[in-house]
Amino acid sequence: MTLSHPIPNGPALRGAVRLWPARYGWAFAIALAIAGLVAAPIVSLVRMAAVGDAEIAAHLAAYVLPVALTQTALLLAGVAVISTVAGAGTAWLVTTFQFTGRSTLLWLLPLPLAIPTYIGAYIYVDILDTAGPLQTTLRELFGWRSPADYWFPPIRSLGGAIFIMGFVLYPYTYLAARAMFQTQHRAFVDAARTLGARSWSVACRITLPLARPALAVGVALTLLETLNDIGASEYLGVQTLTLAVFTTWLNRGSLAGAAQIALVMLVTVTALVALERYGRRGQAYVTPVHGRGPAPRIPLAGGRAWLAVFLCLIPVALGFFLPVAFLLRQVIVRGLLVGFDPALWRHTMTTIALAATATALVLLLALAASVAVRLVKHPLIAACVNFATVGYAIPGTVLALGLLAPLVGVDEIINGVTTTLAGKTVGLVVAGSSLAVVIAYVVRFLAIGVGFLQAGFARVSTDFDDMARMLGARPLVLVRSVHLPLVRPALWGAALLIFIDCLKELPATLLLRPLNVETLSTHIYQFATRGNFEQGALAALMIVAAGILPVVYIIRYADFGPARPQAFTLMQGRSGKKAP
Amino acid sequence: MQNVLTLRSFAVIGCAHNKTGTGTMKKNHRRGSAPAKLLAAACALASVAADSAQAQSNEVNLYTYRETELIQPLLQAFTQDTGIKVNVISANSGLEQRIKAEGANSPADVLLSVDIGRLEDAVKADITQPFTSPTLAKAVAPQYRDPEGHWYGISLRARVVYASKDRVKQNAITYEELADPKWKGKICIRSGQHIYNNALFAAYIAKHGEAKAEAWLRGVKANLAQKPSGGDRETARDVAAGKCDIGIGNTYYWALMNDKEADKKAWADATRVILPTFANGGTHVNLSGVVLTKHAPNRANAIKLMEWLVSEKAQHMYADVNYEYPVLAGVRLNPTIAAYGNLKPDSMSVSEIADRKKAAATLVDKVGFDN
Repeated sequence: MTLSHPIPNGPALRGAVRLWPARYGWAFAIALAIAGLVAAPIVSLVRMAAVGDAEIAAHLAAYVLPVALTQTALLLAGVAVISTVAGAGTAWLVTTFQFTGRSTLLWLLPLPLAIPTYIGAYIYVDILDTAGPLQTTLRELFGWRSPADYWFPPIRSLGGAIFIMGFVLYPYTYLAARAMFQTQHRAFVDAARTLGARSWSVACRITLPLARPALAVGVALTLLETLNDIGASEYLGVQTLTLAVFTTWLNRGSLAGAAQIALVMLVTVTALVALERYGRRGQAYVTPVHGRGPAPRIPLAGGRAWLAVFLCLIPVALGFFLPVAFLLRQVIVRGLLVGFDPALWRHTMTTIALAATATALVLLLALAASVAVRLVKHPLIAACVNFATVGYAIPGTVLALGLLAPLVGVDEIINGVTTTLAGKTVGLVVAGSSLAVVIAYVVRFLAIGVGFLQAGFARVSTDFDDMARMLGARPLVLVRSVHLPLVRPALWGAALLIFIDCLKELPATLLLRPLNVETLSTHIYQFATRGNFEQGALAALMIVAAGILPVVYIIRYADFGPARPQAFTLMQGRSGKKAP
Repeated sequence: MQNVLTLRSFAVIGCAHNKTGTGTMKKNHRRGSAPAKLLAAACALASVAADSAQAQSNEVNLYTYRETELIQPLLQAFTQDTGIKVNVISANSGLEQRIKAEGANSPADVLLSVDIGRLEDAVKADITQPFTSPTLAKAVAPQYRDPEGHWYGISLRARVVYASKDRVKQNAITYEELADPKWKGKICIRSGQHIYNNALFAAYIAKHGEAKAEAWLRGVKANLAQKPSGGDRETARDVAAGKCDIGIGNTYYWALMNDKEADKKAWADATRVILPTFANGGTHVNLSGVVLTKHAPNRANAIKLMEWLVSEKAQHMYADVNYEYPVLAGVRLNPTIAAYGNLKPDSMSVSEIADRKKAAATLVDKVGFDN
């Protein structure tokens, strides 16, 4: 059973829009701006695709796409299962129960985020492949002479890819689910518990169904991240659609064919996301105005507490401890700390500066966009903001290729202006600077910001808005004192994901960064591409380190539970009695 | 000079932008100065970066498919010799598209590519300018440079066989033999769409025609011990682990594992390199080369760099750092590479290979080589 009641889609509010249209000019401006930002690379993709010949399309349809579609579908399905079980499962455990070690697990669980998928693939192949330590030990133990004497699940396979990507990418689902569970209202759970429902039953019938918008966002992010991967799937021999885009461009000599595949992917992903939204049309997942935050956690002791810790540790061990232990070992064995390369500090600072700038911009745009959608219920704004999330469905390199033309276009305008005004050109100030990389990050990760914030806003009853407005609060006051405190977990969750995603972003950075600029991932890539990624182990650990600090900070910040809206307190004070 | 301007302008624009961002944040966000602080920090860093990048006007901008890390020693030596600073961007794909999009404002002077197909792609994309140089003409043999001077080769590598020391007795092998059923279940190779295999298959098509190449590729596919995956190092690793008896890899990977990578030495120890040949020809080689870009802002420096790259000193360094074969005749080979035996490169011109890359990719799809 899904608990839902219709959004009080106030006619009064609509009236307000009509009464003061000028007030909402900013909302339209923001919606159009972010839609334009994302549309720019897509338009150039369409232009690339338009020059395609029929011959390549027929070839792709006959030989490439059937395999690529099947493999991609299986990969996505597998990763979805692992990330939902591991992500939502652990999020539910740490939210519902109180047990020893829980507070440590809170910041351990998101950490696999910091491991780029292709690094995960290299590490697991090293450990689990035929010549790896595990199989070598098994051979010695059982006296097998050659790999032909026994069967071992092949890690370089579709199954291996599902396993690795599932356990490295589940935190996207975990964080989305956790942000939702944490702010879920206790009334529902209390009611169920009073009626004698057990924890498991409460989870299946109340907590999970109520968390559907967040779960949808989390799983979608996980899958889009899977779809963006190229390094891991190529290394593991999985023929994904994304790989097909690259081989079509580079080997089959058809940029048009590549753009066509990319566009088909984009449309498919957009359709799937729309389908999910359609599936929960007319339902609202709001938190009632009254009440006192989430249900208290149920204490666990003894065997049950151990079981909870053990279950939570499985994904952390597979997605984080093992890879990090491997990297640490490489750093020590290879003496990478001896004669520490000062360039690595510079790369670290560059990486953090780029990631921080992009994260701040994305949050700002996403917050403004979400508020615009909420306050001004106009179909154009909603459509623009929904459209802006498709940037995430474009693989990094394709996005970078698509951005080249618009960025240089902006530069040409700038140069035209400076030539007219000052009689000289300034060169490529956008396309040739770090701004290009930041713009690519913003286009790509806007979906995370918008997705998290919209899911966060979805459960904040518009009753709050109405009350605040009745008291005469202007939009900015409303956002500051009502919305921000209520969506804070979502905001921080998004900040964390975007920041770490930027830290490890590779393909777009590789193609768009300016001369002499390296980020940690492009630095590692130089070794990886020569099949010697272990030499980049220290840089990989720097990404992990740069990712851990915000995780620890943000998780602590976000774990206070939902702050009560300040305006609400204010209203109680004014009216002199408790809200109904 | 243009480069400095670019960086400075970014710092200015970025910070101007940040200031407005900070203002809005403050209004919106009560405590919320964390993002604002981040922005300010980023802004400060950007200006530091811009300041520290005060380059001399005497410079050259290199876009490269060979990783910066690998060519850095070489570029430093160039700067020492000539006083010309080299600014670098390295990537794995798309540099032609980037140069093309940047157009007349592109800072790129030289594009360094590691595959013959990419060199031809650059010519087709109309981002090159042909030039002649007596130094380059003398150093680079005619089959390793473009007749019109659009590109010049700077080093060679061969695609060879890594054979198990224990299980393979023969000392010579032809590419044709890889399809012989006697190797059934005994060959390891990376993806057929990888650029290295793509060039090898293209060469096979150029030698024997598409029909024969298709039959051959089906034969090789039937002989594979496992689905193509991993890289050339994993191929050696699989041979060492006994998954297969022979693997296909590039000359320099084996040398690197043998000489430089202690943890992978065992894989090199368990295998040896056989230089294969075509039945009536030589060994398949691929080319790293350079092009001068159409709008090169530092044209003279660019040509200086390219000429320097084929000097005996650079060729020697390159051969030692990268374990590639020099294009300049008479340069001493790295001893590990020399121990492979006498390389007899196939006489086919590299352009003929480049012309068949698309056909090779199509064939790989058709026979389902990677499936």
